[in-house]
Amino acid sequence: MSKVIQNGRIVSSDWQIVTVAEGEEAAAVAIPAGRVIVPLAAWLARRDELAARGDVGVWFASNEGPEALAADIARMPVIAVNFPKFVDGRGYSTAVLLRTRYGYTGQLIAFGDVLRQQFNYLSRCGFDTLQPREGRYSDAELDAAVANLNDYTEPYQASVLHPQPMFRRIARAGAKA
Amino acid sequence: MYRYDAYDQKLVDERVAQFRDQMRRHLAGELSDDEFRPVRLQNGLYIQRHAPMYRISIPYGHLASRQLRKLAYLARTYDKGYVHFTTRQNVQFNWSPLEVIPEMCAELAKVEMHSIQTSGNCIRNFTSDPFAGVAGDEHIDPRPWAEILRQWATFHPEFAYLPRKFKIAVNGATEDRAVIQVHDIGLDLKKNEAGEIGFRILVGGGLGRTPIIGREIESFIPWQHIITYCEAILRVYNRYGRRDNSFKARIKILVSALGIDEFRWQVREEWAHIKDGPNTLTVEEVHRVADFFEDPSYENLLADDAGYHHHIAEDLAFASWVKRNVRAHKKPGYASAVLSLKKPGVAPGDITSDQLDLVADWADRFSFGEARVTHEQNLVLADVKQSELFTLWQLARKAGLATPNIGLLTDIICCPGGDFCSLANAKSIPIAAAIQERFDDLDYLHDIGDIEINISGCMNACGHHHVGHIGILGVDKNGEEWYQVTIGGSQGNSAAIGKVIGPSFARAEMADVISEIIETYIEERHEDELFIDTVRRIGLEPFKARVYAERQPHKKVANV
Repeated sequence: MSKVIQNGRIVSSDWQIVTVAEGEEAAAVAIPAGRVIVPLAAWLARRDELAARGDVGVWFASNEGPEALAADIARMPVIAVNFPKFVDGRGYSTAVLLRTRYGYTGQLIAFGDVLRQQFNYLSRCGFDTLQPREGRYSDAELDAAVANLNDYTEPYQASVLHPQPMFRRIARAGAKA
Repeated sequence: MYRYDAYDQKLVDERVAQFRDQMRRHLAGELSDDEFRPVRLQNGLYIQRHAPMYRISIPYGHLASRQLRKLAYLARTYDKGYVHFTTRQNVQFNWSPLEVIPEMCAELAKVEMHSIQTSGNCIRNFTSDPFAGVAGDEHIDPRPWAEILRQWATFHPEFAYLPRKFKIAVNGATEDRAVIQVHDIGLDLKKNEAGEIGFRILVGGGLGRTPIIGREIESFIPWQHIITYCEAILRVYNRYGRRDNSFKARIKILVSALGIDEFRWQVREEWAHIKDGPNTLTVEEVHRVADFFEDPSYENLLADDAGYHHHIAEDLAFASWVKRNVRAHKKPGYASAVLSLKKPGVAPGDITSDQLDLVADWADRFSFGEARVTHEQNLVLADVKQSELFTLWQLARKAGLATPNIGLLTDIICCPGGDFCSLANAKSIPIAAAIQERFDDLDYLHDIGDIEINISGCMNACGHHHVGHIGILGVDKNGEEWYQVTIGGSQGNSAAIGKVIGPSFARAEMADVISEIIETYIEERHEDELFIDTVRRIGLEPFKARVYAERQPHKKVANV
């Protein structure tokens, strides 16, 4: 069970993320019983078998996008996006697309190199669950990190969390105020 | 000038709090160097040769007098009493200790300034025309649009970890003074036949390792859609730009690889989904922001002030300053004065705290309390009455800020180079100094006329060497500093990338090389022909022949 921040609270996640070892075929990876999140390639290769289970979600690598999963997105019990390195920002766009274009409303997990300084941006892009790498933060650090979700309380842009930009959200005073 | 409301202020204050905590955790060992790196970069903080370099944002180059005074104060208190203005209208400190940076951040926030996104792989400071609002050839004031886009880009959650840095410039005049053709996105404000405002959009321009002139992706996008269109460009880039090699990661490489037509198709495909969405701009928002940039309360003056013309006739030195450093203004009786930061012996773009305080005083006294930074690394007082130019000149001269060399050979664009920057392959400031020393005869400089020399200490091209009429690039050869020379680059409407003239030169040769190039021009030019026009007419050959005639090309070091 991994500790994650879900909707602003620290909880234990019983979703097991099935990763692919070096040299292993994602499509052929062993998938245990129980609540699992499998690589996109595994889902695409074994869709009928996995879809029948009802407790299988999909995770996207940073170079994968929601297009490949389009038809199945609505029925996913969970979707996750891997951040192999925190400087790889493709996952932010993946989340925005899932939320705004593919209508996904279920649990959306950011995992991998997920750091405190990104929490605010990640949640504004539509991730409701943040799963830092195992052991990256002590319990005390994780407690403190919850506050980072609110680093910016009233941002300028429209985003998943703030569907309207500031100029539509708030009546702002002008030069003559 | 734009003023923060409670919401702008809160965002900047929240950034200070966040960065303070990150610095604390870094110093406590909780945030590793690797993790701290993008954090500090997106706060403008580099680790440099001698100390951290701290870069502060000056949105579209506008500064209020109280902001100038704050910079002076910070330089005095936390640095060595001077600052450096950059080619992207920003300002840099070179010697501030790491641990005081959050304190400097907090001080800046008190005067509505910040260092947000001045580095890192994110959307950087928006640059624009330093003569915005006062230039006669302006059809649309670019500043409200730059401010609207600045707000859109600030803390944009989706585009903070792009493949590489992303620079946007906005122009609204006939003559492009914002170098929009060498930006990741260049925005050119225009009106269509119906008189509606919109943007011609260029994409994929840039200098650096692979200099490319931007391509036109759209000839006209109505203003309402500028945010959604930029967002579509950024999303395509964020998803598909190369991340495997940082030298190939700028959007220009993606645009070149796909071709502009395919790239345009992908952007339009993306845009179709978000066009007319919540990010569509409203008339109310545009008016709200535009109100901040209304003309100051100009007096009704005669087009020509008699006293001013009297001083020009009587005082040769003043006349020479007016000729080079004073620009026409759209309002009769007013002018814009350029304060040169290119005094020989001073690193280009550098200014001391005492000088900054004086500029602030002059801004208050002569120019509605504002100053601007040019990408050529000078300062501008944009709204000075003709009748007060003589007084301003006397004060500026006393302060060493009235070198009459704007646009002349000694008005060199120059990056900090190997003296400060850890990326540099070679020093650039000593080259600028040697050239300025060589060309110290003002009459000769005026005779040579308009010419731009740009110097970069490495191929990151902060000194914009590719678009200099003469460009100088510092290169490293087996641990030695050498300099490659290009000719024929230019900025503005006819932007062009300069061509390399041949093998590079040792530092000691550089003043001679420039002299030989200039002598060739003097011999070859037609009457009243500018350097760049002579180069375009006769090509590189005569310059090459002259420079290399007396000089054996340096033997290539044998590969062992």
